[in-house]
Amino acid sequence: MSIIVFAEIADQQFKKATLEAVTYAKMLAQKTNSSVVAVAIGNVSDAGLLGQYGANEVVTVAAADSFNAEVYSDILAQVAKDKAATVLVISNSYAGKSISGRVAVKLRASLATNVVDVPDTSAGFKVKRGVFSGKAFGWVNLDAAIKVLAITPNSFEPQNTGGTATVTAYSGSIAQAQTSVVSVNKVSGKIPLTEAEIVVSGGRGMKGPENWGMIEELANVLGGATACSKPVSDMNWRPHSEHVGQTGITIKPNLYIAVGISGAIQHLAGVSSSKVIVAINKDPEAPFFKAADYGIVGDAFEILPKIIAAAKAAKA
Amino acid sequence: MKNAYFCIPFQGISFMKILVCISVVPDTTTKITFTDNNTKFNTSGVQFIINPYDELALTKALDIAEPAGGTVTVIHVGGAESEPSIRKALSMGATDAIRINADATDAYFVASQIAAVAKTHAYDMILTGRESIDYNGAAVCSLLGEMLQIPSINVITKLDLDGNNVIVEHDIDGGREVLNTTLPFVGSAQKDLCEPRIPNMRGIMAARTKPLQVLEPAAAVSSGNYANFELPAAKSGVKLIDAENAGDLIQMLRNEAKVI
Repeated sequence: MSIIVFAEIADQQFKKATLEAVTYAKMLAQKTNSSVVAVAIGNVSDAGLLGQYGANEVVTVAAADSFNAEVYSDILAQVAKDKAATVLVISNSYAGKSISGRVAVKLRASLATNVVDVPDTSAGFKVKRGVFSGKAFGWVNLDAAIKVLAITPNSFEPQNTGGTATVTAYSGSIAQAQTSVVSVNKVSGKIPLTEAEIVVSGGRGMKGPENWGMIEELANVLGGATACSKPVSDMNWRPHSEHVGQTGITIKPNLYIAVGISGAIQHLAGVSSSKVIVAINKDPEAPFFKAADYGIVGDAFEILPKIIAAAKAAKA
Repeated sequence: MKNAYFCIPFQGISFMKILVCISVVPDTTTKITFTDNNTKFNTSGVQFIINPYDELALTKALDIAEPAGGTVTVIHVGGAESEPSIRKALSMGATDAIRINADATDAYFVASQIAAVAKTHAYDMILTGRESIDYNGAAVCSLLGEMLQIPSINVITKLDLDGNNVIVEHDIDGGREVLNTTLPFVGSAQKDLCEPRIPNMRGIMAARTKPLQVLEPAAAVSSGNYANFELPAAKSGVKLIDAENAGDLIQMLRNEAKVI
């Protein structure tokens, strides 16, 4: 029996979400006495690294680097069958979501995306997933013999336990893609918002796109990503890809700093799973203060420079 | 390998059949609560709407089909209580509608029902929303792709057709990518794809008499059932920092909250 992990790679390195997925698989493997097999498709500089996080074996696949849902899901399904997999752990990233459904159909597996906790295996197999765009959680019983789980980034801290993994080359077939990549526009080295541990977010209170320099500076000093509220993306101050909330992206960082965002229910839905929330708003009645751990009432344009200076001083 | 169930339109023949999957969800302002010992979503007083991303999928489908003289069928898995939302889809411009009369228990079940219908019709394209804002599975698109053995492309921000050829721009982790594929395919709509169409009076009048076919569900499995729900833990109360000493926040985040 085995647990298969889809090991996502960016810039020839395993993504942090991959280390989280391997850690998750290891936790589950210990409960079910299984081995952890990670599948790494494309070039990666140190495939054996995953052993430190609990992988027993890393299967490397010398496929084309560009992601393809049909090709990748076919490879995963072949390895899963070969290794008698009972669970597949995939990150709930765009790439992960685009293959999890296809893999589940190939294996006639139960599928749960948006998973935020380790399964309850005391009676059957029950997983906790985010529902209503962050407004609630649901525990779902998965019935099929094989389960495909797409886990939400930042739900599990990667744990380096210093193990080692054998690295083997994939020997199965590689499907013919029906989709080809024309061009890719990727910002190298930038942390994707869904995976960022620290997020600094601006709302209408920032008054205009020309004032985003402070949001970006604070995010840079803290090593985080930037985000925005729905009105801000609707007014095209910021791209929609930065919009967090019920109709944007749901994020789960360790720290979420909301500047000039009132805290409408649709916005809170997308960020309420953040570990620590800081709200900065000039209106003391802003709903965000009820959902925050730390609050500062006042003018963002006076407050932000003080926080940026303190963050720089703390770093120095 | 392309599925034999689909007909490939010939170049120059402008006939396009599009299927759009519609989910009906609580309005975004809904406060979520549960009943029956936290085992059921409390629908009391809840206003239901077409899933916002599905409205984008429908609008894009109409924009493609209408100039070409094609048809757009909307499909929904759910009870009769969803019919006002289905009528709204028809008033936006859909040609006809199919309602599968069953509880939409999960993405796998829903995709199985839609696939069963799609296998008996020659749709050139199937569009869904990126995810439903209630159960957030974001899975129907890729499930359908595999069930029908056609390409599936998630989170589409731009979609152009040139005969049988499809050029798609979509979100990827940390950026965007342009893909090339051929019909038939299934795609899921992301925000930048288009602005949702608002029904006009003529559309609303026309929708009343458009065909809405009710089908009984095909035999299909679901991934599982919900045992219970829970709400996020409430915050213990906000700690206010004086604006004059805003810089103190950094020390608190470092020493107290330990998140930086």
